[in-house]
Amino acid sequence: MTASAPAVEERRARPLRGILQRNGWTLGLLGFLVVLLVFTKVIQPSYGVSGIQGLAIAVLPLALAAAAQAVVVIAGGIDLSIGSMMALTSVIAAARMDDQSAEVGVTVVVLVLVIGLVLGAVNGALVVVTRVPDIVVTLAMSFVWAGAALLVLRTPGGGSVEWLRDLVLGPFGNEWIPRAAIVLAVVVAVIWIPLQRSRLGLSFYAIGSNQLAAFRSGVSVGWTKFLAYVVAGLFSALAGIMLLASTGIGTPVPGPYTLLSVAAVVLGGVSLAGGRGGLVGPVIAVVILSLLRTDMTFMRLNTNLATVAQGVILVGVVMLGTFLTLRRKAE
Amino acid sequence: MTNATATVERNRWLTAAGWRSLFRDRPVIPLIVLLGLLVVVSELVRPGVVSPGWAGVILRTAVPLAILAGAQTLAMLTGGIDLSVGAVASMSGFVVATLVGGPGLGVAIAVAVAAAALAGLVTGIGVGIFKVHPLIMTLGMSFVVLGLANVWQLQMVQTGSGVPAEFRSIGSTLVFGVVPYSLVVFVPIAALILFSLRRTGYGRLLYAVGDNPIAARLSGTRPWQVLILLYIVTAVLAAIAGFLYSGLTNTASVTLVDTQVLPSVAAAVIGGTSILGGRGGFGGSIVGALILTVATSLLSSLGYPEAVRQILFGAIIVLVAAAYTRVTSEG
Repeated sequence: MTASAPAVEERRARPLRGILQRNGWTLGLLGFLVVLLVFTKVIQPSYGVSGIQGLAIAVLPLALAAAAQAVVVIAGGIDLSIGSMMALTSVIAAARMDDQSAEVGVTVVVLVLVIGLVLGAVNGALVVVTRVPDIVVTLAMSFVWAGAALLVLRTPGGGSVEWLRDLVLGPFGNEWIPRAAIVLAVVVAVIWIPLQRSRLGLSFYAIGSNQLAAFRSGVSVGWTKFLAYVVAGLFSALAGIMLLASTGIGTPVPGPYTLLSVAAVVLGGVSLAGGRGGLVGPVIAVVILSLLRTDMTFMRLNTNLATVAQGVILVGVVMLGTFLTLRRKAE
Repeated sequence: MTNATATVERNRWLTAAGWRSLFRDRPVIPLIVLLGLLVVVSELVRPGVVSPGWAGVILRTAVPLAILAGAQTLAMLTGGIDLSVGAVASMSGFVVATLVGGPGLGVAIAVAVAAAALAGLVTGIGVGIFKVHPLIMTLGMSFVVLGLANVWQLQMVQTGSGVPAEFRSIGSTLVFGVVPYSLVVFVPIAALILFSLRRTGYGRLLYAVGDNPIAARLSGTRPWQVLILLYIVTAVLAAIAGFLYSGLTNTASVTLVDTQVLPSVAAAVIGGTSILGGRGGFGGSIVGALILTVATSLLSSLGYPEAVRQILFGAIIVLVAAAYTRVTSEG
């Protein structure tokens, strides 16, 4: 999945096999998702257009949160403040957009994205400058951002401009294609693809897999780590805006997004040790997690068992991952 | 002779290195000074507020937090973290509240502690044997415990629930209006933890595993045994804290203690326990819990909203952790 040098050579020699090998986990997830969709249709024959639409809208904010987490984890860190950054950015947007014109809405979106960059920059700067473990810094900053969100809006309120809601609600052309899915694909592609192919993207993977080696090959470790958090801030702000767009209201209390984003990243094949994975895997993992929850309601199982299942899947996948790594080492 | 010693003594207090070693080796002393400052500030901003009764209320609030922080400290000493303490504590308090009407208090407590220990055992197996990162393992476990507790809640809706009177009196009574009754539970637990960490082989093993797991293994330790026992202990401690919280607030809810997870980490970090493992102790965490409680009460007496408290908590954690990182890396 990573674009490391040997992989590049292999891609030239045996293109198809290289692609399969590098994206094995993502393709596996995609296969599982298809099976799950078929399964859903079997147990609930009425599952169709509205189901897919609802799924896409529910998935959108969490998928962007997972993307944010993935960038930081690839660079060898972790960001426990993503849920709080989402809450802060979405209440700022909700408070400023309420009953405003479409033009003001555009300004607010731009402003909120800039705020997201700033929040990420503060996280990153603190991690790099204080040299305190990133878990501690981002955990502490999650208090700070959540507190700031409560200062902006004490109770759920505010609103979204009309065009933002229209951007994600409803179908795009064909009724089977939800707008939310298009938005997700475009946003992730526009930010991630150029980034991954740039020098900076390669540096993310480099410092994630081996900081010392990266340093000795001339990567500025501190700067790169800082920028990883900045990108995560941008994705979190996007997630916050999409949260507002899909619910139509700003909620100051952070949802379970931070923890679910970690779960999605692990499921999505990004190693918590850093340096491996991409953004597509985590996004697919978010869809799977969300669909599993839906299926459990269809099967008239207690929805709380879905929470249990999420935990079991999260732990199970990591155990499997460790097991495979250990076996590879043994060989 | 005496003169020379006196000079050395004086120098120790005058040089920056002396201060650094004080922070590094005896973090409890500066922390107690900080606690004293907070108490003085509390008195200055609201003259007359500091009284024996006030101290009793502070202690009563700090005791369950200190127990959670104790669990967190033990986990952090091995280089881990236990994010499942909130879910386990809430579940334990809730289970007792639902069972006490039927089989009685003794059975209810036994069931709750057994359930907590089981969760801890599974966590320990995951971390110790399958080498799942503790953050992920305990996060997954918190999903599992929360989900199962919710299922249990639906089963138990008919029987009704109530916090047992014994918990209410232990959790919230102040003897003579000053001494919290919960100290009866806390003092033996604290003494046991402090004694075990300093004087027993198992306590040393926690430090050893956290400081250098490979060295610990090569010198004959079996880290997996240490870790399994550790997570059982943290889960049982969480259960006890859960009993106290349910008594203190007179509520039984499956999410009661969730908000205390981050403060428990904060208390341990402020108390000088490194999240990287091998450094710290329970004494600092107790003072850390007291500092957080006094700071909370100070802020609410000043009329600051919850939001400002969160922001300050976050800032304090980052600052304190940065200070520790500085003194421990340069000393």
